[in-house]
Amino acid sequence: MRTAKGSGEGSAELLIEGVAKRFGDVVALDHVSLQVAQGELLTILGPSGSGKTTLLKVVAGFEAPDAGRVTVGGADITALPPAKRDIGMVFQNYALFPHLSVKANVAFPLEMRNVGKAEIDRRVGEALAMVELAGYEARLPKQLSGGQQQRVALARAIVFNPRLLLLDEPFGALDRKLRETMQLEVRRLQRRLGLTTIFITHDQEEALVLSDRIAVMNKGAIQQIATTTEIYERPANDFVADFVGESNILHGTMSAPGLVALPDGRKLMVDSEAAPGARVGVLMRPERFAPGGINEFTGEIVEAVYLGTSFKLRLACEGGQELLVRQPARGALPAAGTTITVGIDPEAIHVF
Amino acid sequence: MTARGFWPALPALILLLVFFLFPVVRMLGFSVEAGTLDWYAKALGEGLYLRVFWNTFEIALLVTLVCLLLGYPLGYLMATTTPGWATFGFICVLLPLWTSVLVRTYAWMVLLGRNGVLNRTLMESGLTTDPLPLLHNFTGVLIGMVHVLLPYMVLPIYGAVRRVDPAIPAAAAGLGASSARIFWRIYLPLTLNGIFAGSVLVFVLSLGFFITPALLGGGRVMMIAVLIEQQVRETLNWPFAAALSAVLLVFTFAVYALAQRFTQPEATR
Repeated sequence: MRTAKGSGEGSAELLIEGVAKRFGDVVALDHVSLQVAQGELLTILGPSGSGKTTLLKVVAGFEAPDAGRVTVGGADITALPPAKRDIGMVFQNYALFPHLSVKANVAFPLEMRNVGKAEIDRRVGEALAMVELAGYEARLPKQLSGGQQQRVALARAIVFNPRLLLLDEPFGALDRKLRETMQLEVRRLQRRLGLTTIFITHDQEEALVLSDRIAVMNKGAIQQIATTTEIYERPANDFVADFVGESNILHGTMSAPGLVALPDGRKLMVDSEAAPGARVGVLMRPERFAPGGINEFTGEIVEAVYLGTSFKLRLACEGGQELLVRQPARGALPAAGTTITVGIDPEAIHVF
Repeated sequence: MTARGFWPALPALILLLVFFLFPVVRMLGFSVEAGTLDWYAKALGEGLYLRVFWNTFEIALLVTLVCLLLGYPLGYLMATTTPGWATFGFICVLLPLWTSVLVRTYAWMVLLGRNGVLNRTLMESGLTTDPLPLLHNFTGVLIGMVHVLLPYMVLPIYGAVRRVDPAIPAAAAGLGASSARIFWRIYLPLTLNGIFAGSVLVFVLSLGFFITPALLGGGRVMMIAVLIEQQVRETLNWPFAAALSAVLLVFTFAVYALAQRFTQPEATR
């Protein structure tokens, strides 16, 4: 057994080591390891069935892993029941206690810790003020809107100063405007309280907005853990490149330093140190195409969509290649059937 | 109810009217046939009959309580276990419900008698020297009635527990609540309606219970339904039996009305 804190892991508040879980023949978690620093917000991003919810349940204590361990602040919590973990969690549907008032809901974790009545009143008041729900103490959950219910769930999850905050797709049920407001509010609160947080979502946009770092999961394994820009600009593999943002992914072979040969014979100038002969993936983000770019693509527009700030164009290029291109929305939307030429610079192409 | 929604219920209503409501009214008519309320005065005035009413009330209350204590854990378990075990639980709870009460009561007589299976087993194993008095007394009636009425308690409670979103007790656990506190603070208040529905059902059914107290009580445990039957069959005093029935009917309605008042507002505590 290794000690909880190896060298260089000094700031890791949450440490997940080799956690595995299977349900019958289905591998939900395939020896997942990751760490979250004190005060960091790590997003676990993945499609449904990727194992992200199972991982959260293992951390919260609702699911026992088959192998591996979870430590918080150096203490092994793998075998602890949920009640002893000191983790605040916001559930997908909030899981507010329907028979208890807003105040009683938020007071619940404090009561369970036998906090004195005056102290409970003070801290519940503070927590409700923090989520801007002062004055709603006597309401029942069903008398609140979705956004307000979520604030109550958040207040309830942070009122007892948990070591860890877990957010399980908390914004899914909110409409777009409210969702954006709540995302920023949660982020502000999390920063202010310095809460080490794990946030689960399948929405890559949400992940980019909120996170310090993102762990992209698929098929029970972590595909890449990196900062938001790293994930978007330099994805580690096809899955990450495809799942996060819009993308054009090609595959080819390095024919010379800085030159990728595509299957159709085309050569792309890239900014990469991959050795000649290596099989590589090439990622070109649609918004990185610009007129006058060094690598030129000429194709017929098969689909043109106006998106307010940009045009989204689907090009059928010579050689059968399809390209997704975004251009700033200036002037008229190019008509389908027109042939245009776009270019992309080597620095804008990511090779993996 | 709209006119359109009313018609499909008509055949059933006619059936009830002709074969249930009319005979009941007719029967109640017996009690005031003489043009006086003398039979009611007798039913409510004489200590003997009041005792029987009180006895009935007491037994019904106790049966309800025992059913609740046995039925809540069972209903809870069935609602929270794996589907396989839940099905097994359902079979165990429902199978007796599909068997005749008469058959089940006779079965209890075989089990509980002085020379019954239970007493013989106890004596042979040396746990007791004399047979326990389990039949033809209060204990026997209680055991039999609880057995017959338990499903009426279990099913509403099962339903109530099933309606609790599993994320809610999970959230409570995550917030630091022990199992006991999850029960008292979460499950119990959220399943009160089921507890109430089951209790009212069992209590009301207990009030008018006949076969089980008649057979297992052996004439020594007098409940109101047994008394009514005696009046009709043995003393042929139909007017008095009718008056007793009327009192029971009114009492039952009162219990039901009271229960309605409490169950109406959901989750406004």
